[in-house]
Amino acid sequence: MIPEEKIFEDKIAREVRIEPRDWMPADYRKLLIRQMSQHAHSEIVGMLPEGNWITRAPSLRRKATLIAKVQDEAGHGLYLYSATETLGITREETIDQLHSGKAKYSSIFNYPTLTWADIGAIGWLVDGAAIMNQVPLCRASFGPYARAMVRICKEESFHQRQGFEILLTLSRGSEAQKHMCQDAINRWWWPSVMMFGPPDDASPHNQKSMQWKIKRFSNDELRQKFIDVCAEQVRVLGMKLPDDKMKWNEDEQHYDFGEINWTEFREVVNGNGPCNKERLEARKKAHAEGAWVREAAAAYAGKKNHSSNNQ
Amino acid sequence: MSPFSTYIIHLADNALILGHRNSEWTGHGPILEQDIALSNIALDLIGQSRNLYQLAAERLNSLSPERKSITEDDLAYLRDSTEYKNFVLLEQDNGDWAKTILREFYFSHFQLLQYHGLLNRKDPGLAAISEKSIKEIRYHVKWSSEWVCRLGDGTLESHARMLNALDALNPWIPELFIAADYEKEAAESGLALDPSALYEDWLSMVNTVLANATLPLYPPEKKDAFSLSGKNGFHSEHLGYILAEMQFLQRAYPGCSW
Repeated sequence: MIPEEKIFEDKIAREVRIEPRDWMPADYRKLLIRQMSQHAHSEIVGMLPEGNWITRAPSLRRKATLIAKVQDEAGHGLYLYSATETLGITREETIDQLHSGKAKYSSIFNYPTLTWADIGAIGWLVDGAAIMNQVPLCRASFGPYARAMVRICKEESFHQRQGFEILLTLSRGSEAQKHMCQDAINRWWWPSVMMFGPPDDASPHNQKSMQWKIKRFSNDELRQKFIDVCAEQVRVLGMKLPDDKMKWNEDEQHYDFGEINWTEFREVVNGNGPCNKERLEARKKAHAEGAWVREAAAAYAGKKNHSSNNQ
Repeated sequence: MSPFSTYIIHLADNALILGHRNSEWTGHGPILEQDIALSNIALDLIGQSRNLYQLAAERLNSLSPERKSITEDDLAYLRDSTEYKNFVLLEQDNGDWAKTILREFYFSHFQLLQYHGLLNRKDPGLAAISEKSIKEIRYHVKWSSEWVCRLGDGTLESHARMLNALDALNPWIPELFIAADYEKEAAESGLALDPSALYEDWLSMVNTVLANATLPLYPPEKKDAFSLSGKNGFHSEHLGYILAEMQFLQRAYPGCSW
């Protein structure tokens, strides 16, 4: 072990944060770039399914909150891209990797938002699952990531409450609204459960990530925690989770749950979900159509710098 | 409906329709920071429209206490195109970033002058909303003016796109300064503002920026030619589609809470 590596390992063991200028193993850097950029892309792609309902939000209050929420996601993407830049990769490079398909984003955003209730279900389930994943990341060993997560988690928990409140309103509304609510839960439940990633024995990055204290809990541990929480919360809504096998296990002190469709998960991750192509196309289109705007801004800034240097 | 109530709804419709149009960019902006900025402006405008609709609803409810009381959402979601009183300028499609920026630039300058004028009119409710909104609009003016300069004086392409935007939007400007009957009446009773009085200041403000941006100035001679008048409910075809989309849930599931 080289001396730098010893210092690094020692810091990890003592829970001292690793900062951008510190020495770090190449694989640690690579793992973080992969995870953080994937996280940033998820925030940005995640703006699309929710943005889909901004112009159709059913009241002015809902419209305003939804815009604010989607705008928060953009903000999260921004801090995460900036935090990723501290590892020596530019935002442009990271975004190119998204557009070329080299980098992934959370598969959940490859599902369509069909009704207004989907906006509630995304808040409750998708943001709920994200929080479960992200709260432990506030203690991740890499400083910039951990600090970004603190801020992100505060906003996410606000989003989750808003989402739950949308569903609660629907659950107390007309028959059509109740139906809309249950239907959205049916469609978003299993994809949300899959958000924790493959089971531990099939998760290639889990072990290294735990060892370096980027992750603190395994995929399966977090998934179980999420299921336990949702199984209780869904009662408040008077709705059902679409899993016949779900029941409280007194011995384990957890809810048992049914089989997860890992074939669907792999298909969606590999680009064959219902909206993969649309989502990526929408991002590429925004980027391509914005090229002339970015060029103009750069040209103008260049002219201004030039004229101020000549004064 | 009294001229002043109609006037408040006109102001609210302006804010809502432009807020709605700007929000169509959310998630699709050319630069992440600017996506956030324009979404923020959309949010300000929708916030302003809510305050104004609430003020209008309060007035309407107090004038007809026997009728079922109406809400901000009734006003936004249950009126059809010909009852909407926003400027035709604001309902135009977003086009490219140049067109969206130019519209925000023209309108925010107008709104700044209009709300300043409303500060010392007789209605304290409207004055309070104006005061609050001015703080937001100052930023809209600054942000859009900076972009007009960047695009006008940026690259050949951005300059050409700004010229297209001027061509597309200039025809909708005269409406801003021609008072509707309800506007005149409400202005005469000291509650509203006659917009024709704002024209000279507006022209000098926008032309200062357009000149810096190396773009053609807005032509000072007023055109009295025939044009649509959104503030009188005479709109372009765009508004119907905006409302069809915006009002869909309220229309498909009437009487529900959301």
